[in-house]
Order: sequence, then structure tokens, then C-alpha cells
Amino acid sequence: MIYVATAAMGRTVRGQALVATDGFSARYDLDRIAGVFSRPQHALFGRSYVGRVLILDRAKGGVATAWMLHEMASRGIVPAALVFNTVNPIMVQGAALANATMMSGFDVDITRAIPDGATVEVDAEATPPVLRILR
Amino acid sequence: MRLGGEAEAMRRGAMGEARQWAVEHQIRVGTYLGARDLVPVQQAHIMADTESLGETGVAFLERFAAMPPAHSRVRIPTITDPRGIDFSAAARLKQQDWMVALERRTSDAFEALGVLMTNTCINYQTIMPPLRGEHMAYGDTGVTIYCNSVHGARSNFEGGPSALAAGLTGFTPRYGYHLDAHRRGSLLIQPTWTPTALHEWGALGGVIGRLAGDYWRVPVIAGFDRVPGSDELKHFGAAMASFGGVAMFHIEGVTPEAADAFDGVPPPPLKVGRDAVAALLAEYTAGGDAVDVVVFSAPQLSLLEMQMLANRLDDRRVVVPLLAVTSPQVKPDADRMGLTARIEASGAMVLSGMCFYQSYARELAEANGWKRLATNSAKLTNILGGYGYAPVLLSMDQCLDAACSGRIA
Repeated sequence: MIYVATAAMGRTVRGQALVATDGFSARYDLDRIAGVFSRPQHALFGRSYVGRVLILDRAKGGVATAWMLHEMASRGIVPAALVFNTVNPIMVQGAALANATMMSGFDVDITRAIPDGATVEVDAEATPPVLRILR
Repeated sequence: MRLGGEAEAMRRGAMGEARQWAVEHQIRVGTYLGARDLVPVQQAHIMADTESLGETGVAFLERFAAMPPAHSRVRIPTITDPRGIDFSAAARLKQQDWMVALERRTSDAFEALGVLMTNTCINYQTIMPPLRGEHMAYGDTGVTIYCNSVHGARSNFEGGPSALAAGLTGFTPRYGYHLDAHRRGSLLIQPTWTPTALHEWGALGGVIGRLAGDYWRVPVIAGFDRVPGSDELKHFGAAMASFGGVAMFHIEGVTPEAADAFDGVPPPPLKVGRDAVAALLAEYTAGGDAVDVVVFSAPQLSLLEMQMLANRLDDRRVVVPLLAVTSPQVKPDADRMGLTARIEASGAMVLSGMCFYQSYARELAEANGWKRLATNSAKLTNILGGYGYAPVLLSMDQCLDAACSGRIA
């Protein structure tokens, strides 16, 4: 299956999808030292995000993510890519600084379309950008 | 994205490497978000606590700070959000030397860049409120939502890198809340009850934030039975931004763009009453009655909130740590008027220029043995769960009772 996005940045990456219908904020939701979701109310609580293609509904929370993605990338404790139904400016700013791969804006709810654990390709360099399920 | 002559020169590197980075960053962000050009901004406000920056972020700033001033100093008034350390209180809070050192390096770097170290998230109460229509690059969600909504200013959420970029170029990409189209109402909220206490204003903001649920949606609120005050809307907006990622609201009869909020017929109203606020408060009651620490912060306290605390703490003694966090602009007035001394006579600590959740909250919890935290800030309650706390949202009076007894009544 292929899903076309309206916007993307960064390089094309492949990885295992970590999927939930929740939102995402690096400050609110993560233990960035341990590399896991630490907010008890989050559907991914306790799960590692390191090296995974994170597929969530929307960016939320405060402005800290704009720096935090950069800091996480410097330690290699970072998702392989960020995929959202909807982004806010902070997530875009953070991905831009961190040179992260990010993609958003689908004509389906991408958190329902991609099974948790699927291997996906985030082709951010394609025009238009696309998300592929590989297996 | 159209740049214009000056920005094109920056992109070529004619005005130095820092400005070249800044405009390239703005192009990436603006292109993603559909900006057609850049808009000049009057001020930038940078969030850059060192927990967020880390060593790599501080080094990023220091690299710019080491460049020639002509190439690296900000071009517009640029101020800062709270930092993570009150240098006079770090030891008492058991913050570690490396945190203090990182914070000093950050301050030094910003000062070299010409940034004013205001260290505040209530600049609209203490530094310079914006005028209607002023384009800004505000780097705090509470500041942005308050100034967009109450003052009619025009800003997106500008994270630290983007606010710095705006300071360096004097522009920001023109998308989102710089444009009329994005400032229109998206949903109509009809409160059936008007809060009285600050924590209720925050909780109601949280409820409405969840209903909106998205940065690009603008709640219109119609039906309060009085005009709220600045501190009330401070808590209301900060919580709405925190719980829902919302950057603007309108209040009928109060905020400047409310009359034109809807282009046509408004959508059917969503009624929100006291029960919804009670339900939000109830989400945080499961952590038990014993309290480890009481915090007033997020947003920083105004002078009037400091007076409220002082009046309520006279002749009382706290038995668990009570932290009251205000801005470096309010603190000298609170000192001069005796408010700080009255608060601290109870055993409480008055902190300045920091914000609790930006101050290595996880490490503070571990070092001090804090888990159950009482606060009247809905925003703080929403944030701290991820840091391992069990927060509870109470009124100022209930928080003070908890601080003086060690238990939630």
C-alpha cells in the first residue's frame, strides 16, 4: 500500500512502524534519556521509540520539541522518522533543525492505515512524498 | 517562497553564516507550512531552557556567539523565556553543577548575540504588551495564545530555533496566525458557568483545548458572565495551549477580533459546564492525599498573584517545600513591597527567572524525593505526568493548606 502525503522533509528512510492514535510532544510524552514513552496516559507508554518510524495523529504540547529533536538526534536516541496526520509549526521547526525525516497530511487517518510493527518506507524525497508499507 | 532582496543577501551569506543559517531554516519551515513569503516581525522571544537544548544545543548557540558581532547580533528586540535555573537557588533545589554551568554558558551565548535575558513567560504583563496587528515571533505557547487572543498580535508558536532565526533576520515565514484566514473561529463554545479561581480558569482552558484539539483550530467562547482578568486569561490560555496545542481563542465582548470571528453562520455551540471542569480535576486525584511539594509556576506569577500568596501565608508555616516562581521583572517589586519576605517567612521559596517544568523536573524529583505535586496551574499538571510526577490540580487555598499540613484536605 502507498499513502500520498501533502508535505515532507528530510531523507528517505525505512523502519518498523510504532503506531498510535495519540498526539506527540517530546517534552510531555518522552523520557528522552531512556528513549521510551514516559507519560502514563499515552498509548505507547513504556515503549521504545529509538529507530522506529513514529506514526501518530498530531503534534501537540509546547515549544520544547523544537530543540529536543536536535538534542535527541545528537545522542542517537531518536525516531527514524516522524509521521503525522497533522503537524504544528513546532514539529516542523524541530525537524528542520534536527535534519529529521518528517511527513504529514494524508487523505486517510494514517494511524489507522498503518499496522503497528509494519515495515514502512518514508519516501520524503519523492514528489509527492509517499509512505509505503513494505511488509 | 519569495524572500526579497535582504533575505536573498542573507541566503547568499553576504550577512554572515548565522543569518545564512537562519534564512535557510525559515525557508525549510515556511515551505513545509505553505508560506509564500516572509513577514517583518517587531520582536522575537526565545525559549531555550538547557534541559531542552542539551549540550549540543548550547554548542549550537556558542558557535554563533563566537562569530563577529556584525554577523551574529540580533536585528530586532529579542528576549528570552524562563530558563531552567535560578542561580541563587540552585543548591537549595539540589540542581547539579553541570546544569548550572550549562545555563551560564547559554546566557553568555545569548548575551553575545545581543539577546535581552528577560527570562519570562509573562512578558505581556511585564515587558511590553503587543499592539493589535503587530507581527511577532513568540517562543512560548502561553505567550503566543495570550498575545494573539487578548492583544490581537500575530504570531505562531516559534520554537527556540525559529525565534532565534527571526531575531537574526528580522523576519519570519508568513503562515498560520500571521494570516487573516487562520484567525477565524473554528468552533463555538458556550460555557454554562464562569470560573472564579485561577485553577478553574486553567481547567476550563484545558477542557476547551481538548475540544479544539489542534493548533489550527480557533475556539470562540460566548457566554461568560463577566470580563475575566489578565491572570485568569493567563491561566486559561496557557492551559488551552498545553492541553490542545491551541494558539488563539476569541471571547465574545472581550477580545479584539471576536466580533468578526466567523465568516458566516456560527457552528452549533458546544456547551461546557462545571461538570467538565470537575471531570478534568478528577483525573489527577488518584495519587493519594500526602503531598511532597507545592508549586506555583507555569505561567510565572504576576505581582498580584504574589500578593495573593503573601496575604494567605501570613502567620503560617509550610511543612513541605513550597516553590513560588515569578519573573525577574516582578521579583524586585515583590522584594521592595515586602511580598517576598512575607512569603518566605512561611518557609516557602520565591524563585525568579525560571519555570518549574523547564528546570530539569525529573532530576529535581529524584534529588528531592518528590512525586506527589500540588499546584494551581493546569498547564503544569498536564506536563508533569511525563516527568514521573503524580500532580494534583487544586485551588491556591487548597495548595497552601496542603503545603502547611502535608496533606490534601
